[in-house]
Amino acid sequence: METILDKYKATEVENVNVWFKAASVNDFPKDGGACVKYKEKQIAVFNFERLGKWYACQNLCPHKMEMVLSRGMIGDDKGIPKVACPLHKKTFSLETGENLNSDLDAIAVYPVKVEAGYVYIGFEE
Amino acid sequence: MQHIIVVGNGMVGYKFCEKFVEKAESKDFKITVFGEEPRPAYDRVHLSEFFESQNAKALEMATAEWYADNNIDLITGERVADINRTSKTITTARDRDFSYDYLVLATGSSPFVPPIKGVEKEGVFVYRTIEDLEGMLAYAAKLKAEKPDARAAVLGGGLLGLEAGKAVMDMGLEPHIVEFAPKLMPRQLDSRSSQVLKLKLESIGLNIHLSKATNQVLGDGAITGMEFGEDDFLDVDMLIVSAGIRPRDELGRACGLEVGVRGGIVVDNTMKTSDENIYAIGEIALYNQMIYGLVAPGYDMAAVAVEQIIGNTEAVMPADIDMSTKLKLIGVDVASFGEPFMPASKGHSIIFENKTQHLYKRINVSLDGKTLLGGILVGDASDYSMLHQVYLNAMAIPEDPSQLILPASEGGAVLGDVMDLPDEAQICSCESVTKGQICGVIENGEATDLAGVVSCTKAGTGCGGCKPMVADLTNATLKSLGIEVKDSVCEHFDLNRQDLYKIIQVKGYKKFNEVLDNHGNGGHGCELCKPLIASLMASIHADTANEEYAIQDSNDRFLANIQRNGTYSVVPRVPGGEITPDKLIALGEIAKKYDLYTKITGGVRIDLFGATLNQLPLIWKELISHGFESGHAYGKSLRTVKTCVGSTWCRYGMDESVSFGIELENRYRGIRAPHKIKGGVSGCIRECAEARGKDFGLIAVEGGWNLYVGGNGGANPRHAELFAEQIDNETVIKYLDRYLMFYMRTAKPLQRTAAWQERLEGGLDYLKEVIIEDKLGIAEDLEKEMQTLVNKFECEWTQAVNNPEMMKRFNHFINSEDEDENLVFVPMRDQKMPEPWV
Ligand SMILES: Cc1cc2nc3c(=O)[nH]c(=O)nc-3n(C[C@H](O)[C@H](O)[C@H](O)COP(=O)(O)OP(=O)(O)OC[C@H]3O[C@@H](n4cnc5c(N)ncnc54)[C@H](O)[C@@H]3O)c2cc1C
Ligand code: SF4
Ligand code: SF4
Ligand code: FES
Repeated sequence: METILDKYKATEVENVNVWFKAASVNDFPKDGGACVKYKEKQIAVFNFERLGKWYACQNLCPHKMEMVLSRGMIGDDKGIPKVACPLHKKTFSLETGENLNSDLDAIAVYPVKVEAGYVYIGFEE
Repeated sequence: MQHIIVVGNGMVGYKFCEKFVEKAESKDFKITVFGEEPRPAYDRVHLSEFFESQNAKALEMATAEWYADNNIDLITGERVADINRTSKTITTARDRDFSYDYLVLATGSSPFVPPIKGVEKEGVFVYRTIEDLEGMLAYAAKLKAEKPDARAAVLGGGLLGLEAGKAVMDMGLEPHIVEFAPKLMPRQLDSRSSQVLKLKLESIGLNIHLSKATNQVLGDGAITGMEFGEDDFLDVDMLIVSAGIRPRDELGRACGLEVGVRGGIVVDNTMKTSDENIYAIGEIALYNQMIYGLVAPGYDMAAVAVEQIIGNTEAVMPADIDMSTKLKLIGVDVASFGEPFMPASKGHSIIFENKTQHLYKRINVSLDGKTLLGGILVGDASDYSMLHQVYLNAMAIPEDPSQLILPASEGGAVLGDVMDLPDEAQICSCESVTKGQICGVIENGEATDLAGVVSCTKAGTGCGGCKPMVADLTNATLKSLGIEVKDSVCEHFDLNRQDLYKIIQVKGYKKFNEVLDNHGNGGHGCELCKPLIASLMASIHADTANEEYAIQDSNDRFLANIQRNGTYSVVPRVPGGEITPDKLIALGEIAKKYDLYTKITGGVRIDLFGATLNQLPLIWKELISHGFESGHAYGKSLRTVKTCVGSTWCRYGMDESVSFGIELENRYRGIRAPHKIKGGVSGCIRECAEARGKDFGLIAVEGGWNLYVGGNGGANPRHAELFAEQIDNETVIKYLDRYLMFYMRTAKPLQRTAAWQERLEGGLDYLKEVIIEDKLGIAEDLEKEMQTLVNKFECEWTQAVNNPEMMKRFNHFINSEDEDENLVFVPMRDQKMPEPWV
């Protein structure tokens, strides 16, 4: 049976076929995130301003399968950029998707690029 | 393998086991322990704490598993009924036989109940076991339900009787102490100090009756009074007998061991009885023709018996046993040490007395004025630990010994520094821990803080009287090693909450990044420091959570409580729980319109569940138009001030609890604190608002309000402690402003008032000095800061719905108006709930 988790597959830049134009840079909070809808998917996108980087990952928290990660706080764990789920504060690396404070499965992360004031997320399809 | 049977699993019987298993030789022995009580040994010294906590587990000396792990067979609920010395066996009440090589009697004592007519009546209790206390609590509850002004008396005005008197008071009964002697604590105090103590106790509401010989207990079935002589009666509904103890020597007597005239099994200084295979320790042992009714000598006896059994025959009990004591709990300082009374032929006494302040201090010094022999302190025993040490270690005293007890303003000397004590000074007499051992575990790195010292050395785990001194020694040693005590908030700062508070206040920072860049460790923050700094900036600048929403915690970020499926619940403020029918109807209609699950919260407000992010502003616009404002249920801030209906309707009410509750709730609403804060106001001592379960609680009494602070429910329930009595509304607000602000300034992150207060060095007394007496000279600042917060209050939901920029965040998607299609609700009792988690 396909679960909602199966919709989310980590994507490398090399494999990107679609750059989805999500929203204006100004729509995102600084050092915070928001959720982008792409087809059937919910993607959490973070503007990590302190690092001058953007990150994207599934909005689905693998702990209890809730669509909440975009509402989590970001920060770093000994230098690794991370997001903390707002429900039970499980933390995930924004670089690799790895769960940093327990042994949940990694979340899917996606490439992001910013062009002409717009944020794009990369998908295979 | 030799077999040791321990009879009695009380404090001393347990200590024997603990000391025994620490010995390498213990592997050659097997221990079996019999205890008559249904549970493993517990801390009887702190028995009175059971009234507050009702948590028997918390008093346990060690868990049942501990005995098993240490290869000790613990058999509880089984009394040893007989000893057969020739066959070296015992028989239990269940008729089981066990043989022993060594027998250790640790059967303790039982309360002495004088043979007064009627003493068997219902409502007469003794004070020794957890079961006794459970019985009292149940009886008191029943009494209070039938009779709001019920009274209880304690027979006996000794150390224990006064402790019981306080317990009676805490149970909400009118307390009376009945003493046969013409003075209180006859064994520890002289007549003048006992007179001062009487005045002090009366001032806090205890009724004292001295020189009263009780002839009979009156009542038909249950007690209704006591009769002392012709026409001399006291009406009481309950009686606690605390008239001394009797050693439980019945086993020893029956098998022919030597016993004392007034009871107790005779032992020599090796703790052996008249049978060399049988030892007696604790309150059963008659040593030097004395029963020592304190734990410390009992623990020493346990240690001696252990050494003797494993063959260290030179370990013996000292001839002199320190009987110094400090009364705990009652809220009145009383202590006596060494030789409290002194015939003039043996030394000089110096006495300082101030009846109006209920102060009495006496010291006895040797005839040559060089050594301290003993003393009594009533009203202020803050110098007890130091004086006790000076006495124990025969330390040098000032040429003018009166300096030891005179107030500093009248030429009194400041007592020496704890670090001046000799290394062998015994700091904790219950566990025989010396100053050298305490400093040692820090110096060799075994312990790095007070908790570590306590767990390494066990100092302070007995009666607890030495705790302040252990803390002083710990801090002084750490300081001497140049160790800073760190409790930084997370990996991004080397600072604690209090440091950050000061920095933000002084520098006026308004952005998280300013604090991080100037004072952080070069990282980027995390879910610990971000909400903390958000809360500090809010406390200091009276900002709402709408500032910099990305650093706010899950709930503050969207001004609502996130629920398990990612939807939110909405709680408008209902100050004091007072709500008009029109507002109730409005709430109902809004809940219906948005299909929200509706429930009354534990804080007696109305909670509407299941709102999506997109719905939150719509719901709030409607709520605001009906006159509601944010209830801050999502913030670490004031939740509710729960009130009973008070004198406006209630036939017992002494004051308007609702009006005052509303005033307080409106005063402190919205203020961000280290943790949530709850308040309660009751119109009389029946306490229908459960105010003592709150961070601050008020109870109307004759002549004003009693103010309680530091209570909470939650995982570790605590009753708030009495802070000030019979104060008027204005004073309540003054004290609360200062209290809350001081808490906000100094607590640790996510520390509620109870935990903060408990860990505050100097405890409640210190807090009173700061808040009431303004010892630190900060009261005015605290009041001003609070007033600024009060003046700047703004409803953050009103602020948000009127600001399109702030509204942007209330959308599930940034690029679509759609709702989250993954939300699934299922029906439940005519309402809905989120689909269960798998
Ligand atoms: C309310 C209260 C406050 C106190 N405060 C202080 C204080 O502040 N400082 C201080 O130093 N001391 C204090 N004490 C005194 C202290 O608790 C006692 O000195 C200490 O408990 C004595 O220990 P023990 O093991 O000798 O006796 P106990 O603790 O009484 O233990 C004896 C145990 O043996 C059991 N037993 C008896 N006979 C048998 C049998 N035949 N078979 C099996 N089991 C048996 C009993 O049921 C009991 O459990 C206080 C006591 C009370 C009640
Ligand atoms: S606490 Fe309040 S409601 Fe309860 S009896 Fe007293 S005044 Fe009445
Ligand atoms: S007690 Fe536990 S389950 Fe109930 S509301 Fe509180 S946190 Fe949730
Ligand atoms: S659902 Fe994310 S941590 Fe539990």
